[in-house]
Amino acid sequence: MSNIKKFLYLNRKAPYGSIYALESLEVVLIGAAFDQQVSLAFIDDGVFQLAKGQDTKSLGVKNFSPTFRALGDYGVTKLYVEQESLSERGLTAADLMPITYEDENDGFAEKPSINVVSRSELAGIMREQDVILSF
Amino acid sequence: MLGHELARSSRVRPALRKCRSSRGSTKVKLSILVNEGPYTHQASDSAYQFTKAALEKGHEIFRVFFYHDGVNNGTRLTVPPQDDRNVQKNWSELAEKHKLDLVVCIAAAQRRGILDEGEAKRHNKGEGSANIAPGFRISGLGQLIEAGIEADRLVVFGD
Amino acid sequence: MTTLHMVNKSPFEKNAMQSALGHALKGDAVLLFEDGVYGALKGTTVASELGRIAGEVKVYVLGPDLTARGLGGDGRIADSVTVVDYNGFVDLVTTHQRTQAWL
Repeated sequence: MSNIKKFLYLNRKAPYGSIYALESLEVVLIGAAFDQQVSLAFIDDGVFQLAKGQDTKSLGVKNFSPTFRALGDYGVTKLYVEQESLSERGLTAADLMPITYEDENDGFAEKPSINVVSRSELAGIMREQDVILSF
Repeated sequence: MLGHELARSSRVRPALRKCRSSRGSTKVKLSILVNEGPYTHQASDSAYQFTKAALEKGHEIFRVFFYHDGVNNGTRLTVPPQDDRNVQKNWSELAEKHKLDLVVCIAAAQRRGILDEGEAKRHNKGEGSANIAPGFRISGLGQLIEAGIEADRLVVFGD
Repeated sequence: MTTLHMVNKSPFEKNAMQSALGHALKGDAVLLFEDGVYGALKGTTVASELGRIAGEVKVYVLGPDLTARGLGGDGRIADSVTVVDYNGFVDLVTTHQRTQAWL
């Protein structure tokens, strides 16, 4: 497996109502071991996965949102969030969890992993991919 | 938490080169991801019909990976009514005919009670409790990533 | 480097088709299948969206899914939409560089 491909994980579903958001993240973590070029996209209800202040104690299920903050340690540093999807839902970037990574090519400077992009920018990003995994 | 899956993802198939048929149309290597179980959502039926058509056209199926409730396609214990299709059996027969690699995700399978001999023993589930269907095997999510890397196209069927 | 967008949801229940059309670029194709076939019907409130992208993005619908739902007869499908069978589905996958499922 010498060929390096561009993998995009496309997240369009809100967390907790179904398993897909959690299991998408599991695939991202496993996939990180394969040294591919990985990015995540959050559009439509997928943007709710990154909402600040998630607390699942009363549900008896695992709060997996802190895992997003660990993605940088796995070398996953590109999280694209669609501006239009945020706006449609009355959200701004300030409603999202801060997610950062340490850039080893820049003296381990802490940098934001979340990039808010327009729909047309995201469409362009999708077109650069080799594999798009949607759950 | 995910180490056991990584350990099981090491099986690597040799990459096959694209070839051309006598008619000159390009043969493509495909991987299929099935995210839903049989009988509730159409995803598994669609994936099966698509896979069959692709094989009949001479394309190669590198792997079919079953994730989420999709792992329920791989239990040998289903007994659908006689006037209904047997989704699991359809997959098993297609796998036998075309030497398909049908893989169910181990974590999803364990959550839903799909076990092979090794897993049944490891979790002390008792003699004869392995229920993985013929032609299916249980392995880690790494197999899905590998399916994406090795194939020319990954086609996702789900809800 | 075009994309095949696969839509399997009714546009009257989910926004998958609308979102797919909103992200499809010139030369891409959209396949409506499973409950997505309802998005191919003529005279609906979403039919104009198909018209809007016609010429830039080609829209296909899976015939077996139409027929199963009683929509296989003449004149039910918007003029800009092409009906394909499973063989056509396979060809769409292989002739575009990637597939994107709008689950």
